[in-house]
Amino acid sequence: MTDVLTERPASGPTQKDAVIKVRDVVVGFRDTIILDHVDLDVYRGEILGFVGGSGAGKSVLMRTIIGLLPRREGTIEVFGTDMTRANEEERAAVERRWGVLFQQGALFSSLTVRENIQFPIREHLKIPQRLMDEITVAKLELVGLHADVRDKFPSELSGGMTKRVALARALALDPEIVFLDEPTSGLDPIGAGEFDNLIATLQKTLGLTVYMVTHDLDSLHTVCDRIAVLADHKIIATGTMETMLKSEHPWLKAYFRGKRSRAGLQMQNA
Amino acid sequence: MSDQAALADRADGDRLTLSASGDWTAGHARSLEGAIESQAGGHVDIKRVVIDMANIRAFDTYGAWLLERLVRTYKARGCDTEVTGLPATFQGLVDEMHGVTLDEWKEPASPNPVLHGLESIGITLVTVLHSLRAVLDMLGAVVVALGRVIVHPRRFRFTSMVHHLDNVAWRAVPIILLITFLIGCIIAQQGIFHFRKFGADIYVVDMVGILVMREIGVLIVAIMVAGRSGSAFTAELGAMKMREEIDALRTMGFDPIEVLVLPRVLALVIGLPILAFIGSLAALYGGGLIAWLYGGIDPDVFLQRLREAITIDHFKVGMIKAPFMALVIGVVACMQGFEVKGSSESLGLQTTASVVESIFLVIVLDGIFAIFFASIGM
Repeated sequence: MTDVLTERPASGPTQKDAVIKVRDVVVGFRDTIILDHVDLDVYRGEILGFVGGSGAGKSVLMRTIIGLLPRREGTIEVFGTDMTRANEEERAAVERRWGVLFQQGALFSSLTVRENIQFPIREHLKIPQRLMDEITVAKLELVGLHADVRDKFPSELSGGMTKRVALARALALDPEIVFLDEPTSGLDPIGAGEFDNLIATLQKTLGLTVYMVTHDLDSLHTVCDRIAVLADHKIIATGTMETMLKSEHPWLKAYFRGKRSRAGLQMQNA
Repeated sequence: MSDQAALADRADGDRLTLSASGDWTAGHARSLEGAIESQAGGHVDIKRVVIDMANIRAFDTYGAWLLERLVRTYKARGCDTEVTGLPATFQGLVDEMHGVTLDEWKEPASPNPVLHGLESIGITLVTVLHSLRAVLDMLGAVVVALGRVIVHPRRFRFTSMVHHLDNVAWRAVPIILLITFLIGCIIAQQGIFHFRKFGADIYVVDMVGILVMREIGVLIVAIMVAGRSGSAFTAELGAMKMREEIDALRTMGFDPIEVLVLPRVLALVIGLPILAFIGSLAALYGGGLIAWLYGGIDPDVFLQRLREAITIDHFKVGMIKAPFMALVIGVVACMQGFEVKGSSESLGLQTTASVVESIFLVIVLDGIFAIFFASIGM
């Protein structure tokens, strides 16, 4: 391991059961290397916050894990399935057990909210329309929306509502892992705070494992069990918020103890 | 032990005990729903229900909702219902489901087919009138913008217009040449084949000349341009509309008509006559070639005959129509672009509508011009 700091929380999730294992992964485009021999474990039932500078490749690692980007070297295991060697059937079985919330929501613009949420259900589960409709209402209420929005089109939703509907769609099949790509970006602080609470609540009720790419220091403080930091094409540290605050690494100091973050911290302590 | 979700029942007087087992998860939701519905339907004379959840192995939203549905069904029947043995980790999920309020949502009832037919005719008519109005609106806006630009020539986006002229005219030359050439060949071949039966081969020159100059040259080119550039205009402007670029322009004090529409429409108005001219030449060339190779009409004879058959009027009739057709195509394409709403589906719909409408209007315009020129004797 090339980590500068690798500390696992003492009182972390119940089991040290790594649902995602990233080993030695190299990703690049043409002659630029984005990720250089990266290792990462995500444990069952934790909320992992993934941070790094803009353009450092946070989303790249997420997209590599979910198979949207090819990697040059290394292995990625999800639920013990080696995604490098998995055949189509095994991949599909794993893909059914995760949900992805894209940065812009990525709702299908020609389908209503109800159809968007039912799309994966219809594909994967052969269940009657009545149950699908009831589950849709339940999912919408789970993400804090009223059932009234189900007949709206994505273009008629506000930014925060789009994110919530997209989360409901990501949760449609009751996945075990959800990947969130900057879930609070573009939301006002109140909305972002609500969204953080929502993720924490859902994580508790559904027992989710959450992989969250974020820039939001408040999210990192309030909901994340563990933080992984990407800089210089490598993961330079993983650990709890306290570990990050104690670290003397210049990038970590600038990120977690800079002016903006201190303002945030003081507000919280006050 | 099977991981199939199951619900075993044991009735004891007016007391019913249901024991759940297996995986109460999304994957088993279908069979589980069947089991729950059959339980909820049976046991008419019970007063107390105990649902024992102690033996379930896995649980998720689907399981929680179905449990909630079962509880609600029994409560609605007036039974005293109790859930026991539920593992504490799942309690939160059950509580969440407990809060879900269902209002009866129904698929809209399928309407009376006669009324539905009438309604769709009405809607179509309104849509047609609306788009006609929108075309006139856009035409007016373009004329106003043109007036402003004539008064203040420095506001005209010359570079933009040249760029569009390059796209709609210069880059279209090869395909226009090829297609009009082939059309000329086909007209000549068909003419010779049929005229030969009554020994009137030579009149094929008159037919090709007049047809190409007056109608086919400009019409084929206009239809090509509507499909090639009109659709591109709609898609460009539509995508800009979707991403709020047009609103951005407006807030910066630019008039989108002046910045986006006018250069495009003017590029078409300039480009289409040029393309029609080139296209007509190519069609005549193709016709002459076939007349020579297939009909044995010598090129010298063809040219001589052509000179006698067509007058400058025929040429003028074709050329006068071209800029008007260009205007129709440009205005319809830009109007449809601005009509695009938020979804990708509407972008597709508007692009289709743009091409269909502009080709239709080009042909209508051609008919009107035919009547007009006939009545003034051209």
